[in-house]
Amino acid sequence: MATDNRPLSPHLQVYSPQITSVLSILHRITGVVMSLGALLLAYWLLALASGPVAYAGALEVLGSVPVMLILFAVSYCFFYHLCNGLRHLAWDAGWGFELPQVYASGWAVVIASLVLTLVFWVALLAGGSS
Amino acid sequence: MSLRTPLGKALGLGSAKDGTGHWWSQRVTAVALAILGLWFAIALASLDGFDFQTVRLWLGAPLNSILLIILVATLFYHSSLGVQVVIEDYVHEDGGKVIALVLAKFIHLFAAVVGIFAVLRISFGA
Repeated sequence: MATDNRPLSPHLQVYSPQITSVLSILHRITGVVMSLGALLLAYWLLALASGPVAYAGALEVLGSVPVMLILFAVSYCFFYHLCNGLRHLAWDAGWGFELPQVYASGWAVVIASLVLTLVFWVALLAGGSS
Repeated sequence: MSLRTPLGKALGLGSAKDGTGHWWSQRVTAVALAILGLWFAIALASLDGFDFQTVRLWLGAPLNSILLIILVATLFYHSSLGVQVVIEDYVHEDGGKVIALVLAKFIHLFAAVVGIFAVLRISFGA
């Protein structure tokens, strides 16, 4: 019997994206990005502990355009993971499982994470020079 | 009739022996990080620039040092738990999986100690 032509469960490539699935995988992706970004935090702290010369060198690295873009992405990941993490904690407590609520909280996470990231960077850049 | 042994039933751990421990650790650190992360973001955003003296002065204040040490420890622990699950999900080859898991643990512990050591060194005025 031929076994290579059976119907299969939907593959990711042909499965139309939905806000539920997209936000779910984004939670994981933002988490992994932050795991890498956290290494920059350790680097920054170590440079700060190593003295003014080392810190000046680190600021040059962290303040360069490519790294600033990475930091911006990491900050968005932080706010996304924070908002969606609270959504997950609410689910863990048994709240918000109705489909309309899931969609509403999903869009709330998208909007809140974008707004928080923008507010954060405006405050950061207004707080003094880099 | 159940085929489970009385001891297995009493312990109630299932075949994996843990898992709820991982799940709970991830949630509890998540709650801690929601608070600490927001504190850190607000602190960074309200910092008066990022020059050496300013940041050292802020970080050297006892409460800031304490919270930052807790943040670094909790952050890398939470990250370690999350990365572990990602590796378990996507790395299917046995040898590669074990190597990746151990390597991830080593890197997380190393980075956490780097961060905590740095804060202590600054806080104790070296």
